[in-house]
Order: sequence, then C-alpha cells, then structure tokens
Amino acid sequence: MKANYGYMDGSGEYYITIDTDHCIECAHHGCLDGCPKGMFEIITDDYDDEVAQIKEEFRKKIKYDCADCKPVKDRPPLPCQEACTPGAIEHSW
Amino acid sequence: MAEREFWRWKEYNWHDENIDWKGCDTITAGVDVGSVSSQAVIMVDGKLYAFASTRTGSDSPQSAQKVMDWALENTGMNLDDIHYKVGTGYGRVNVPFADKAITEIACHARGGNFMYGNTVRTILDMGGQDCKAIHCDERGKVTNFLMNDKCAAGTGRGMEVFADLLAVPIEDIGELSFDVEKEPPPVSSTCVVFAKSEASGLLRKGWPKNKVIAAYCNAMAHRVVTLLERIGVEKDFAITGGIGKNIGVVKRIEDELGIEALKADGDTQTAGAVGAALFGKALLEKSRKS
Repeated sequence: MKANYGYMDGSGEYYITIDTDHCIECAHHGCLDGCPKGMFEIITDDYDDEVAQIKEEFRKKIKYDCADCKPVKDRPPLPCQEACTPGAIEHSW
Repeated sequence: MAEREFWRWKEYNWHDENIDWKGCDTITAGVDVGSVSSQAVIMVDGKLYAFASTRTGSDSPQSAQKVMDWALENTGMNLDDIHYKVGTGYGRVNVPFADKAITEIACHARGGNFMYGNTVRTILDMGGQDCKAIHCDERGKVTNFLMNDKCAAGTGRGMEVFADLLAVPIEDIGELSFDVEKEPPPVSSTCVVFAKSEASGLLRKGWPKNKVIAAYCNAMAHRVVTLLERIGVEKDFAITGGIGKNIGVVKRIEDELGIEALKADGDTQTAGAVGAALFGKALLEKSRKS
C-alpha cells in the first residue's frame, strides 16, 4: 500500500509517500533513526502488518520539519531515503 | 426563537424488518464517529440490518453510544447481542464498547467495495473535516491513499459554512447550484475563510444565491479533483461521505474528471460504518477459527 502523509495548501503539495509493501519485508527499520527529527514510527496497520508511518504530530507541517534536510542549493541525499534500504520513501517536493 | 441551523443534515435511523436476527450466526456493528456526524451500522451474516446517522457532539464516547442506541431502537437487539463491534472515524479510539479501532481509510475502502461492488478501484471520501482519495483492490483492501486534513477547503465543513452564510438548507444546495444560466468561475479553492469572504463580496455585488452556490460547488470540485489527480483515478470510481449526497459537487467532479461516479443504493455517509461492520465480521470469523 502506498500511504501519502502530508497536505496541499496554497503554496504547494507536500507529501511523503511510504510504500508499506516494502516495510513488511524490512527488519531493521532504518527510517526510525535515519530522520533527524524522528518523524517515523512503526505501527501495526489495519491489515496486521508492521509498517512505517509519519507520526501524527508532523503530518500537517512536514514542509517545515523537512526543511533542514532540503537546502535550496547543493541538496544532499535525504537521510530518511538513505536509511531506508528497501527504498520505500519518496518526497513529493 | 431558536435560529434554524441550515448546515445540519437530517438525523435518521432504519432497520430491515424482514430479517430475523435471532437466527443469525454473525452479528457485527461498525460505529463511525466523524467530526460532524456519527453513523452506526449493524450487519447480520454480512447483510445490512440496521443503521443510524446522527450528529457528533462534543463528547465522542457519548456520541458513539447515542448513535449505537439509536441503531438498536425497535430491533429487540441489545448491545450484548452483537458479537463484534468496530470503531472508526476520527473518534474511533473513543468508542467505549468497541472491540477494535480501525482507520476510516481502510473502512471506507471496505464499505465502498460492499456498497458499489468489487469493480470499484478509486474511492473519494468527502468527510466533515477531511477529504481522502483511496485506491483499493477487488477485495476492498487499500493499495494507495492520500488525505488532506490541513484545512477545511474541499470538506463537508466548508459546505456547511456556505449553507449557513447563504441560509440555504444543506440538502438543497446541490440542486440549487444548477439553477444558473452559465457556470460561474470558482471562488477561492485554497481556503474556506477566503472563499467565505469572497462569497460575501459577490452577494454584495448582487450575485443571486444560486450563482454563489454554483461558484463554491465548482471550487470544491476543483479542489478535490486536484487531490484525486495526485494518486490518479482508476475506474470504477465512487464517492462516499456526506458530500457524496451533494449532486452539485458530485456532477462537477464527474465533469472535471470526465468519469461518471457509481451510484449507491444506500446512504454514502454510512460507507465507513459499513466497512467497520464488515471488518468486524472478518475478525469475528478469524477469532472463531483460532
């Protein structure tokens, strides 16, 4: 399942997409420590699978919480994406 | 004298008198405690038996109890007769009698699959405080979802604000929005507060109410189509939630997408509670096997 967390407002669309099919086979959950803000958590979803999700308190402000990892110039690879070895995480902006 | 609340949907309950629940093997219930309204659905052996739709008050547990009691009214059934109860909606963790809480995303997919058939692949749930675009498979399992709960634009609450501003009963808004000679341009679709002040300005300019309503329905449709387009629309397409009953928004969404939405026999607002009751049936059967 592709789970999109975030929002769109007058300034644009800000979504982090987690492909939870990749989470099911992931044992080490690198996303938990990979995000400097600790935005990820592991939950048991409605279908009894252990998957990653963005914590509720971050979902309406991810544009701002992700800003430190997204400098305008010379943007480095995103730490959450680097830490997620199955490649489940995508950012829309 | 109390002022009329134009923004309120009618509260009602129903049960199927032709079903004898006493001889049934599985009795499950789904309770969807939403931000604006609450629904309770009782299913016996996978068939819809009873439901109720009422307003959500400031106390979620009390609202859950109230709507459940109303669904049970005149059925001869008690809460203890129900084998498995599932809570859903934003108040799902506050349903005191629920055996399990399941997100409304999963429940709307499951409920949409039941109400519209297993060919439905895209469900747009237009609720009171948020809007969700959901993809699901032939079993009603979610494969992709996107929600927007950052602001009230494109939600039922936004429509309620307009019903109150224009003093038009909310159930009449859809039909009235077509009573215009030419489709007006949409009002602001990024914010309900901006849209409301823009609408007030249009009324002062002399626009008739119908034209303002059409402009808002147009804006709301455009807003949710943008949301849908982010995950794509796969046929068949269906709309659940309270706005699914607003033909003015539904028709404009269909026109903008170029796809006709499936029509439901039942109330689109009960889809979440139907899905929760179906989850209850599956969980009950699983627990009986183990």
